[in-house]
Amino acid sequence: MSVKTLVIDGKAVTGRAGETIFNVAWENGVRIPRLCHVGGLSDVGACRLCLVEIEGQRKLAAACLTPVEEGMVVHTSSERLKEHRRLILELLLAERNHVCAVCVMNGACELQDLAAELGVDHVRLRYRFPKLGVDTSHERFGQDQNRCILCTRCVRVCDEVEGAHTKDVFGRGSGSLIINDMGGPWGESDTCTSCGKCVQVCPTGALFSKGKSVAEMRKDRGFLKYIVTAREKREWIR
Amino acid sequence: MPPDASKPTATVKDNREKMLERAMSRHHYSGDALIEVLHAAQELYGFLSIPLLQSIARKLRLPPSRVLGVATFYHFFSLAPKGEHFFQVCTGTACYVAGAQSLLDVLERRCCKSGGTSPDGKVSVQSARCIGSCGLAPAVIYDGKILARLTPEQLNAELDRIGVK
Repeated sequence: MSVKTLVIDGKAVTGRAGETIFNVAWENGVRIPRLCHVGGLSDVGACRLCLVEIEGQRKLAAACLTPVEEGMVVHTSSERLKEHRRLILELLLAERNHVCAVCVMNGACELQDLAAELGVDHVRLRYRFPKLGVDTSHERFGQDQNRCILCTRCVRVCDEVEGAHTKDVFGRGSGSLIINDMGGPWGESDTCTSCGKCVQVCPTGALFSKGKSVAEMRKDRGFLKYIVTAREKREWIR
Repeated sequence: MPPDASKPTATVKDNREKMLERAMSRHHYSGDALIEVLHAAQELYGFLSIPLLQSIARKLRLPPSRVLGVATFYHFFSLAPKGEHFFQVCTGTACYVAGAQSLLDVLERRCCKSGGTSPDGKVSVQSARCIGSCGLAPAVIYDGKILARLTPEQLNAELDRIGVK
């Protein structure tokens, strides 16, 4: 196994060949913000929040998709990157109807937490206020397109871990929607196994358990790692 | 109401299903050939109905959501029946400068918004980026034929001719 040595934010670190900058950074205590990456699933580089500067490269690179290389010098939190990340968050907030005050995930939302961390106290862009629906046809879960940031975590967990591939992305651009099967109501889906993995990985309140009121929904962030690795680690009881 | 493309009518012999089947078998029912199969289906039926997509998903062994996702990602594929006539207005730079917007305005005023079909099912309108015929600007593709250096007057006359009110 070949080992690569590199510098992340002034810290000399090592990573295995093929490992991403993102993973090596987190293993070494450098927290790079992210919304679409989640451990145990493939990476798509959709949210662009993990953009980092690599010395000698003019373009910014998505840390979750860039493998480490020998002698790399990476900066993860320069002023320029912070400004980019703030703008990305503002774009996400302006694109749909993110109203924290009436959201089930208020207080535990990854989007909200990141916005607070990066100091997004107002949005400089005009809100688009799209008219989007809420699907509560499923027996146990609800889906609110207004709070969706199109990170596709639910799509990937449904395909890669559950193996049902109930969800996918409909359309393109900011008008995209997460659909179930042929775009019908979630509750009438033939392929959905009602496992709830999509609900647990969703970073916002777009997927939620029914019966939860404002700020009552909490998601089990550690469960995916457990599900993905429990069998090989023989962790029958969590 | 246009006939349901997924249900063949009894009077005319309909071998579209067979032809679609042939297109799929040519690709060995491989899921990787989804786009080719959707092309063939759209060519045969004129649009992609949900039951049609369902049957393609089943035959290619793909998740239904993936098939619908791909079909809606590309503007080329249409999920609603197309009109009798089809106008595609090029809005590339050359055509735009030469007045493509006034052509699109005529079509949008008399028929329907770009990307839609008029309520009577007569005309579908779409805008395209560059169609590569900048020398013919402003160009419109009308039922597969190119109308070169089109003026709003000529377009109005053609719409009158095909009976658009």
